[in-house]
Formats: sequence, structure tokens, C-alpha cells
Amino acid sequence: MASSPHLNRLHKEETAVSWNAYFRRYWQLYALLVLPLIYFIIFKYGPMYGIIIAFKDFNFFQGIVGSEWIGFEAFKEVFGMRDFYLTLRNTLMLNFLDLLVSFPAPLILAIMLYEMKVQWFKKLSQTVLYIPHFISWVIIGGIVYQVFGTQSGMINNVITSIGFDAIPFLTDKNDWLATYLLVGVWQSAGWGTIIYLAALTGINKELFEAAGIDGAGRLKRIWHITLPGLKSTIVVLLIINLGHMISIGFERPYVIGNLAVREYSDVLSTFVYRIGLQSGQYTLATVVGLFQAVVGLVFVLGANYTSKKLTDEGIM
Amino acid sequence: MREQTANRVFDTANFIVLLVCTLICLAPFLHIAAISFSSAGPILSGKVSLLPVDFNVEAYTKVFTDASMIRSLGFTVLLTGLFTVLCMLMTIAIGYPLSKKKLKGRKGIMFIVVITMFFSGGIIPEYILVRNLNLLDSIWALVLPGLINPFYLIILITFFNNIPESLEESAEIDGSSHFRTLLSIMLPLSLPVITTLSLFYAVGRWNGFTDTLMYINSPELYPLQLKLYQLIQNNMITDLLQMEGAQMATVVPESLKAASVIFATVPILIVYPWLQRYFVSGVMLGAVKG
Repeated sequence: MASSPHLNRLHKEETAVSWNAYFRRYWQLYALLVLPLIYFIIFKYGPMYGIIIAFKDFNFFQGIVGSEWIGFEAFKEVFGMRDFYLTLRNTLMLNFLDLLVSFPAPLILAIMLYEMKVQWFKKLSQTVLYIPHFISWVIIGGIVYQVFGTQSGMINNVITSIGFDAIPFLTDKNDWLATYLLVGVWQSAGWGTIIYLAALTGINKELFEAAGIDGAGRLKRIWHITLPGLKSTIVVLLIINLGHMISIGFERPYVIGNLAVREYSDVLSTFVYRIGLQSGQYTLATVVGLFQAVVGLVFVLGANYTSKKLTDEGIM
Repeated sequence: MREQTANRVFDTANFIVLLVCTLICLAPFLHIAAISFSSAGPILSGKVSLLPVDFNVEAYTKVFTDASMIRSLGFTVLLTGLFTVLCMLMTIAIGYPLSKKKLKGRKGIMFIVVITMFFSGGIIPEYILVRNLNLLDSIWALVLPGLINPFYLIILITFFNNIPESLEESAEIDGSSHFRTLLSIMLPLSLPVITTLSLFYAVGRWNGFTDTLMYINSPELYPLQLKLYQLIQNNMITDLLQMEGAQMATVVPESLKAASVIFATVPILIVYPWLQRYFVSGVMLGAVKG
């Protein structure tokens, strides 16, 4: 297009003026953004930059920049470590079993709460069931040792007092696994009901009345109305959980785990902590962390994609 | 009539099962409380289950006269307060501009934020950063890295977006600056979400343990969780050694550990009624987005 130089200049001036006006009008909003953006750059993107030490022989004296490049040497070393596969297996195993046990629990509990007609008791039990969610893993760990301890734990006191042998809940790896899972249910089941109860408020009450007139019993109503009403919530939550298969919190396995059951309790997060911060093998630990982050990202994006396909609704 | 009987059976069964679940949920706390109020003899012979035996408050006297415990509580209160205030200031500072659809560059900044929800550098690069910034073994190591939680930020932005735009516009026409609009219109209207998010941040900080383990060395900077963890560690070691038949003097009496656990739990339970209400509404706010 042939535009005269005069027109071009005018246009430029106009943009300059409007930019000026725009900025004068909005500078306060940009001023608000400054500190938060600095925060994101330093504390979120800084560590991302730090990932390059996975490809360097890192030590603190030479720093991130000064340390020597080693390419994929550290990856080779990590993928040759027995403990890497052990902790990877344990992470997947604990998460999978957790999903099996801890996923249905809030669903069942929510339906029981939904069916509870005695309002004061419903409120009371909700209040109690939510409490564990607010208790730190350190405290839960302390409670677990008092309750499940072999020598003086509450449960074993009962078991031995009726003449059976004490069960090493915390020191035998299979018993420990059961303990770990049960504690997970105890901690999360109550809180998990909230999302289901919210979804249940969306179910049309008339459906229940109609079913009642048709002579459908309570269990039938749960099966034919309540559960179908929760289907999309269940699917989305299941997919989110599958997306997090490889990521595992540090505190739960670290606090409940111990040396006697390390074969099961050592997971990727505790492995990173052990080789990184306790043994100072920063490069190796970063490689493990990077592996986990990348695989985790693929899982989550895959889960999000699947969720979109199935429910026309993304997770994010 | 058969139907009514069936209904009654269902209701009764439902009541009983839910009651049992509730009791199971409560029992561990009762047990710890019972231990904390019992004397050593009955505890060691396994006579204490859900009620105190040989009631006494000796363990609590010890906890409350333990200077390091009180200092740890004080430090945790300070840490949680400082953290929560700074978190909210930062989250609001970024949340308000990002709720303005007209703001140029909003999408780009949003992208910068959202990426961090999916991918992070991991704990080792974070540790190296904190160490390079000379924050190790200081309160700032526990404050600065977690200042803005992207998930909470999105809840806040969603809430801001739901406030009718006409309110802000009329303020703007009256010549109110953005700072003023934020302070005198947006924040008062957002009190519920601000309370909710403050509680999210505060509880997360109060209960947080991993970073204290990574960054704190000096005993005078031990937050309650770290202090408690070390007490409980003795428990595990005793348990393991006893299993192997070795004799070991109990480092910390059971009742003292139990009293410490209760000591660290009670502050949470005191604010629990608020926590419950606001957390439930917070989960709803988050779920609306999802």
C-alpha cells in the first residue's frame, strides 16, 4: 500500500500519543507487577536455570557457571544406579496402591454423608472427618508411632492383651505398606468428600422422589442416580490422580518410613533428598529431579488431554 | 411397609458405619491426649488407650517450662505471620493487574505464571539458589521461596473477575487511581477470598516441614515441626533398637512426646472452626475453575 510519508508520520505520532496516554493511565498496574515478577524470575525461573547443573560437574566453589560441562555423564550414572530403579518402582507402587485404596474412600464416605438424614450428626462427623487434613505430616508421624508401634503402640497393646503376637506395623515392609496406605486414607478421605458433596448438590432432588415413588430402594437409588451424577467428577479426579503417578510428596514417606522398611519406603523424593542434600551429590540429585519433572509433565499434560477428550472440559 | 423397614435398616446401618468412621478418625488424637496426661507406669505397661490412666499434667509442665519449646512456638508464630502477610501482599499485587482484561501484556505474564504450575526446577536447584542468595539458616529461606502460590493466585483472579466491572469503572470515572480502587473497592469486596487464601498460606507455613529440614540448622530457628520431628525421631530409633533386642534408655518419655504433639496441634485446633468454613469455600472456588 502506498502511504504518503506525511500520513505515516502522523500515524506514528498518534501511536506514540496513545501509548503515552495508555501508560499514564495504567502505570500503577504495571508498578504493582514489578515485585511479583522479580519474585517469579528469581525463585521460580532461577531454579529452572539451575537445572543445567544436571549437565555439569557441579560444586559450590566453582558455582553454576564455573562448573565443568559433562554432557550426559550424570544421566548415565543415574540410570545405572540400583536405587534409582528401586525408588522409581516404589514411587509408582505407593501411588498406585494409594489410588486403589484412597480413591474410593472419599466417594463412599461422601455418599454416606449425603444419605445421612440426622443433620446434627452429619455436621459433627464432617467436622471430625476434616480434621486430619489440617494436621502436619510430622504430627501424623508422631501419632503413627504411638498408635502402631510394635512395643507400646495402642493397637499392639490390644492385640497382645488378647493373646496374639504383636504385629510389626512399622518394621516389616508388608505391614508397613498397609500402615502407609491406611494412614493415607485416614488423612485424606474426609477432606476428599467435599468435592463429591459439592457435585451432589447439583443432582435434581426430584429424581430421588420419582425413584421413591417407583419403589426403588435406597441402594438402588444410590446406584442409579447418585453414582451416575458423580460420574464426571469421578472421571476427572481419577485422571488428575493418574497424572500425578510419578510425583510423590516428600513428607509422608519420609516421616512414616524408616531404615527397616527402606526397600519400600524409599521413593524418588526421599532419594533426591538423600543423595543431594545429605551426600552432596548435587548433580546426580538434579538429574533424578529433572527426570521426575519431565516425566511428570508428560503425565499431567497427557491426563489433561485425555480429560478434555472425555469430558470436553480441561483440568486446568 | 416392607419398604419402610428397608429404609430404616439402611439408615441405621449408615449411621453406625459413619459413627465408626468418625470414631476411627478421632481415636488417634484421643490416644495421644490420653498418653500426654498419663504417668509413666501405665504407659509403659500398655494400659493407656483412649483415656488417661493415673492423670497428671507433669508432661505439660515440662513442655511449657522448656525454653526451647516456647522459643520454637514464638518463632513459628512470627514466621507464619510474616509469611502470610507478605504472601497476601504479593498475591494481591500481581492478582489485581492480571484481572484487568484490558491490560496489555496480561497474557504473557499469565503464561509466565502458569508454566510454573506445571514445571519446576526441583528441590536441588532451589536449594542451590537459596544457598547462593545467602539465605541459608535464616527466616527468609522459609519465607521468600513460597511467596506466591500460582494456584491461589488463580483463585484470587477468578474472584476479582467476578466483581462487577461497573463498580471499578464508576470509580475510575470519579478520578480514582488504580491504587485507590484496589484499596477502597476491590479489597473490601474480596474479604472472603482474602481470608480464605490467608488461611491457606498460614496453614501451609505452620505445617510445612521439608524446607525447614533443608534450610535450617540453628536450634534457635527451629520451627515447631522441625523441633517435633527431632523429638519423634528418638521414638523410631528406640523402636528399631528394641526390635533387635538391644536395651536403650528412653531418650524422651512417651508422655512428653505426646504432650509436645498436642502442644503443636492445639493452635491449629483453636482456629479450626474458621479453617473448616473458609477452606471448604476455598475448595469450591478452586473447583469452579476446574
